[in-house]
Amino acid sequence: MKYLHLIWAALFRRKTRTILTLVSIITAFLLFGMLDAVRTSFNQAGQSANGAQRLQTGSKLSFIQTLPSSLGAQIAQVPGVKMVTYANWFGGAYQDPHNQVFSFAVDNNYVDLYPEMDVSAAERKAFDDTRTGILVGEKLAKRFGWKLGDKIPMQSTIFPNRQGDKNWSFDIVGIIHSKDKKAGGFYDQLMLLHWKYFDETTPYNQGSVGWYVTRVTDVNQADRVAKAIDAISANSDHETRTQTEQAATASWMKQLADIGLIVGSIMGAVFFTLLLLSGNTMMQAVRERTSELAVLKTIGFSSGSVLGMVLAESILLVLLGGVIGLGLATVMVPAVAAGSGGMLNLPGVGANSWVLGLVLMVAIGLLVGLLPALRAMRLNIVDALAGR
Amino acid sequence: MKFLINLGLLILLAALIAGWVLVPWWGAVALAVVVAAWMLFTRRGKQAASVTAVGVSTLRQRLGSASVIVIGIAGVVGVLVALLAMAEGYSQTLRKTGSADTAIVMRGSSASEVMSVLDHDSVVLVPQAEGIAQDAKGKPLASPELVVAANLPIKGGTADDEGSVQLRGVGEQVWAVRPEVKIIEGRKFNPGMRELIVGKGAAKQFAGMVPGHEIRLGNQAWTVVGVFAADNAMDSELWGDASVVGDTYRRGSSRASVTVKLADPSKYAAFKSSLEGNPQLKVDVDTTLNYFNKQSEGTAKVIRIMGIVVGLIMAIGAMFGALNTMFAAVAARAREIATLRAIGFRGLPVVVAIMLETMLLALIGGVIGGLLAWVIFNGYSASTLAQGTVGQLSFELKVTGALLWTGIKWALAIGFIGGLFPAVRAARLPVTTALREL
Repeated sequence: MKYLHLIWAALFRRKTRTILTLVSIITAFLLFGMLDAVRTSFNQAGQSANGAQRLQTGSKLSFIQTLPSSLGAQIAQVPGVKMVTYANWFGGAYQDPHNQVFSFAVDNNYVDLYPEMDVSAAERKAFDDTRTGILVGEKLAKRFGWKLGDKIPMQSTIFPNRQGDKNWSFDIVGIIHSKDKKAGGFYDQLMLLHWKYFDETTPYNQGSVGWYVTRVTDVNQADRVAKAIDAISANSDHETRTQTEQAATASWMKQLADIGLIVGSIMGAVFFTLLLLSGNTMMQAVRERTSELAVLKTIGFSSGSVLGMVLAESILLVLLGGVIGLGLATVMVPAVAAGSGGMLNLPGVGANSWVLGLVLMVAIGLLVGLLPALRAMRLNIVDALAGR
Repeated sequence: MKFLINLGLLILLAALIAGWVLVPWWGAVALAVVVAAWMLFTRRGKQAASVTAVGVSTLRQRLGSASVIVIGIAGVVGVLVALLAMAEGYSQTLRKTGSADTAIVMRGSSASEVMSVLDHDSVVLVPQAEGIAQDAKGKPLASPELVVAANLPIKGGTADDEGSVQLRGVGEQVWAVRPEVKIIEGRKFNPGMRELIVGKGAAKQFAGMVPGHEIRLGNQAWTVVGVFAADNAMDSELWGDASVVGDTYRRGSSRASVTVKLADPSKYAAFKSSLEGNPQLKVDVDTTLNYFNKQSEGTAKVIRIMGIVVGLIMAIGAMFGALNTMFAAVAARAREIATLRAIGFRGLPVVVAIMLETMLLALIGGVIGGLLAWVIFNGYSASTLAQGTVGQLSFELKVTGALLWTGIKWALAIGFIGGLFPAVRAARLPVTTALREL
């Protein structure tokens, strides 16, 4: 620690070079922070304690195939099931078919199965009492400028109503707040309408249900319960497939894209370049200081401490840039997510990313400093002072 | 004063870069020819050429720092081209699926085939419209199709690892409507049987997709009888007889869409107006070319924006790397440059020489990056859940000439900025100071 001043002075001996290198390191770690946030948001989807307790039951045939509504009562009979609800995909869009909205037609108790969704008791009651009532997520309401009590037109890209018209009309009776703002998730972008109103209004549904959601009493029993639910409809014309919410989401994310591979290869290219770049800077720094290092050795610094000082300098360089870059990413990621108006949903740069980032910084610093430091250590005082 | 000059430089730079983005390849070639002519035929130009030659000849002595520019820029261009190739491959696959002489009819206000339902009457009425091509027997070439999804085990995954694949029930005229679809293994399915043919993309992704193999859709057993290739988005699908698929999925006689072959692309307007004028129908009509183009827009845009953002951030990093290297190079050659100026060389040749040197290195980096992206990623297959479909769409990354050119443009722009500031510094350094410097 007592050498910190010396190391710092050496680092900023050539200000332009150090600052230019720092900017490169900052951009590399800014990119690392942002990409890692994307990767984490993919990996974390559905990975919550609540997600583990919920089972999703859909048609075994495919996710667009519907199930009979009579199945709900049978699922509720399965031992270990605490609560059952169901939902249909509504395919809503506001004003323009491109403004797609996550909208589900749900049973009244849907909100009870998702403690992540926070709806006030009064609004919850208003929802139960209003046939055309909908609950909308906080962010969704903000995106379109909706307020409590508004009557809004909504198109369904899938279901026309009985008149063959695509326009539906709803009353906003409640706002869904996300309990855990940091967890990301899309609960505050949802729109929930009554399944009953939906089923009565469109001629295309005829009492069918898109999927069932079950909350189990004991997480450890989830597998057994899932098998029992699937057994109900075995060999019928509507066989089901039940998975925990975690497994179902993970499978979707995997099908969407191999994010790990993409992020991994980009970061590989970035860090390789960074290694080379800061390595070059350190080489230059040591080369031009040859005589100074020789003086240090002459006045009694051991070879070991010279090695340590050069290594510390390179680690400090990478750490300095890395922490600034990752800090920038921490600030920017939520800003980007907010700026996208709910289209992009990213969690902030979490503790895990920071730990991984710091480990990477130290590792890169060590790697980069190794060659110049060895060179400095092996320096022969006489040769160096003579400029040979 | 110094601040003003720097500010002026920055504004000039921004304008140049903005212009540069728009330059087509022949513009750049013309520019190169002009610079070459200047260097060959004018006095100043000849000076610049000789200073450049000196700079380039010393490159070998600073291979290490020069490689920072080359590899840094190769990284930027490689990643940029690979990501853009992904967007390109995706939209090309979808674009090729459509053509100007086939039209798709869906229920009004349906965003995609999966969301559309046409009742039996509409399915019968649509092929009676004007402008549809006819086969030898005088029957209209129209294929009423049903699009659903099937959950199937993924190749190489565990038994529980299922993916979604789009299953298309097709009409008997489909082979005439979509002539690009060729059976490459096995045979066509027989109408009325539980038989499937699989696209070659789907065959690569899902387990058991070989002729003769039985797969389960829900509780029914279907036999795979053939593999087809269409070289477009259809390759990611499974095909069966529409009426049998309709039974399995309890869709009765309704269909999702009707695809028709037009007698001639110019007949499209007549076809459209004949359907829209029919009060019994509430349908949307589009050419398949337009329809699949629209389907590809959203996702391709997202990938493209991602590529440009990542590329920009990396480019900033590489630019500072280049600046660093060139500042060091200029500092190392300060005396040499000052000597040149002392014996009468003006500032311009010095500036040009340093810029050319940097841009040469950048060009090498850009070419290496583009080639790497081409070697590794051209034809690399990827898949995603496509917008407007219910299955995985597999596509190949396409590194096209246009993309490589974009990459090289980026490389030259980075080299330009990376060389400009060190060059100006070299030209502005007072000769006396520089000569005294060690």
